[in-house]
Amino acid sequence: MPKRILVTGSGIISGLGINLQETYTSLSGLHSGVETIRHLDTSLKGEVPASEVRLSNEELADFAGLGGKTGYSRNSLLGIIASREAFIHARLQEHPGLRKGLISGTTVGGMDECEKYYDDFLRNDSKNSYIGIYDCADSTEKIADYLGLKGFMTTISTACSSAANAIMFAARMMKAGKLDCAIAGGTEALTRFHINGFNALKILDKQPCRPFDAQRNGINLGEGAAYLVLETEEANAITGNTVICELTGYGNACEAFHQTASSPEGTGAYLAMKKALDMSGEAPENIDYINAHGTGTDNNDLSEGHAIEKLFTEKIPFVSSTKPFTGHMTSAAGSAEAVISILSLSYNIIWPNLNFSAPMPELSFQPVTELLRNREVNLVMTNSFGFGGNNTSLIFKKYGIH
Amino acid sequence: MAYINGIGIISPQDTLPGSGFLDPVVELDADFLKCMEPVYKNYIDPLSARRMSKLIKMGISSAKICLLDAGIRMPDAIITGTGLGSIEDTEKILEGMRVDEKFLNPTAFMQSTYNTISSQIAISLKCHGYNSTYVHRAFSFESCLLDAILQLEDGSAENILAGGIDEMTNNHLSIIRRLGFWKRESVKNTDLWNYTTPGALAGEGASYFMISANKTETSYARLLTAATLYKPGSSEETALFVKTLLSSNGLNPSDIDLVMMGNNGDREHDLICEDVISQAVPGSCKVFYKHLCGEFHTVSGFALFAASNILRSQSIPRSLQLSHARPEKLNNILIHNHFMNTDHAFILISR
Repeated sequence: MPKRILVTGSGIISGLGINLQETYTSLSGLHSGVETIRHLDTSLKGEVPASEVRLSNEELADFAGLGGKTGYSRNSLLGIIASREAFIHARLQEHPGLRKGLISGTTVGGMDECEKYYDDFLRNDSKNSYIGIYDCADSTEKIADYLGLKGFMTTISTACSSAANAIMFAARMMKAGKLDCAIAGGTEALTRFHINGFNALKILDKQPCRPFDAQRNGINLGEGAAYLVLETEEANAITGNTVICELTGYGNACEAFHQTASSPEGTGAYLAMKKALDMSGEAPENIDYINAHGTGTDNNDLSEGHAIEKLFTEKIPFVSSTKPFTGHMTSAAGSAEAVISILSLSYNIIWPNLNFSAPMPELSFQPVTELLRNREVNLVMTNSFGFGGNNTSLIFKKYGIH
Repeated sequence: MAYINGIGIISPQDTLPGSGFLDPVVELDADFLKCMEPVYKNYIDPLSARRMSKLIKMGISSAKICLLDAGIRMPDAIITGTGLGSIEDTEKILEGMRVDEKFLNPTAFMQSTYNTISSQIAISLKCHGYNSTYVHRAFSFESCLLDAILQLEDGSAENILAGGIDEMTNNHLSIIRRLGFWKRESVKNTDLWNYTTPGALAGEGASYFMISANKTETSYARLLTAATLYKPGSSEETALFVKTLLSSNGLNPSDIDLVMMGNNGDREHDLICEDVISQAVPGSCKVFYKHLCGEFHTVSGFALFAASNILRSQSIPRSLQLSHARPEKLNNILIHNHFMNTDHAFILISR
């Protein structure tokens, strides 16, 4: 029997709030984090909306207890705050003997500082202390140092599925007996680099995004970080933590179609979901809710929709994209939506797909458009698909359910 | 069990198909060691290649060379380690933003994401299997190998294309040089170990390996493990980590016939490398590799290429500058790499 992977802690910071409680309150109150850009100093300000974390860099540093220290990118600060919440939630500091891993997904890394000071770097002036922090590993090592983690750590970048792949690799390491527990997720700060990059690809919606809508017109970006604490059963016997749910399936497959587009039939999406489902040993009809990748682009929602139809032929589960709440948190989306899906399990709620008005003529199903309470939610699937066709699907199950 | 059944490598040495095993040595006198690039049209459709940056072309080409070497058309998974991804494309975007951030080059943006190499290889092979990219400094390549080993162990895959790739640009070299990473002077690579100045000699490279569950007649070596160590407090701690790694793989320090040293030309760090290895594997024969390919985050891919060939050919090329007499046997090799004495990584292979 493979080891079971238990979720015993979570932490999140996003446009919906700076912790799990605020996130739940915003979601259940139907408050979206997508609004006019305030913090990011970009010429797209006022032109495209985004879901920013409400705190400035200084406020984030204060919140993390790092006020006055230099060399912390927004990316690192977000990662530190969300991972700290998960870490404290699972009281991992009380168990020095457990082999704890840190697996984090990010793509922009410390680019938020690098793009600010690039002119200074070229001129070789006073900002050289920021040069070394632009890569992806910097935020992971900053988190490790903050939490006092010395064990296995690595960083994954598969664009918008980075955090989902981090959770998947953490589980693989634990099943192989290399780790007793792990903090896994991702962090991504909004940067001029990627908001303008997405703009150059002409896939940003100037309106609030409308996933799975016939009128959909692109993405709203978001930022933030989210981490889960995963424990093996053996580690859980030591920590005594309450089990929130279980990670019973994961699948990663590649679209192998185009660098920034998915195939209309959604081959990669289908394969990722199928692998996750097969691993979980569940019949498709047992999935109660799919937290879809649902970016709001023409391409994604069509191919993801077709892939869902193909896999769930008989009975399509409740489907929604929560990106109209959080914006597309890119490398952190996988873990943020894992946390949101787990809230769905914990509270027996199906989150609505906001901003929906017209069904897509190509699809046989529509997303859930109202908050549904008191549904029995035992199994949730959450999808994360990245540029380059890096598709990953995760399945979480209520603990102790057969 | 994991076996190395194919290799494709592009490096500052002549390591392209048909070349001798690091013989003759390529001597370079330069700010950084640049790769000897192949004729790309042998591996990539010229029409597609036109839009690709150098890193992506090197990635696809080395992957295809590896597939040919292994005699495998379709791997079950593609995993890449890259410390910095496409620096060239990232710089294009940063430069573009200095002019007008609203008019960026979409191709450069697409290629600037780290996972482009793995995904472009997948696109060119139409490979729908597992696909991932590790981006953690000197842990990048070792994380990738570890993922591959675990997937073979849990039966998720049989043949995994796993590689490490990084590039250098003049601009990046000069910016990073200010942090003291690189030597300030131009250095002749084959004389690197005679310099006592601070800083390493920078380089670049792309290497892919077919990591397979089954041994074949042409297997290079068995890949035992890849392991990483973050911020060791002392050389003693690092040495203890190595000893534990060896014993957990059923080996004694005396079983290690050869160590591929992590020295990079930075005097201070080189002394640490020597200290760690002399404590962990006392009296072992040592060879150096970073004078041939320079320093970069996924440089241990070059070391794994060299070590694998040493085991298969049972010979050590002179260019690796063996420290002692030739070892009596060549069965087990330990590879060391580190980034600024913060991120230490080890790979263990056997015959």
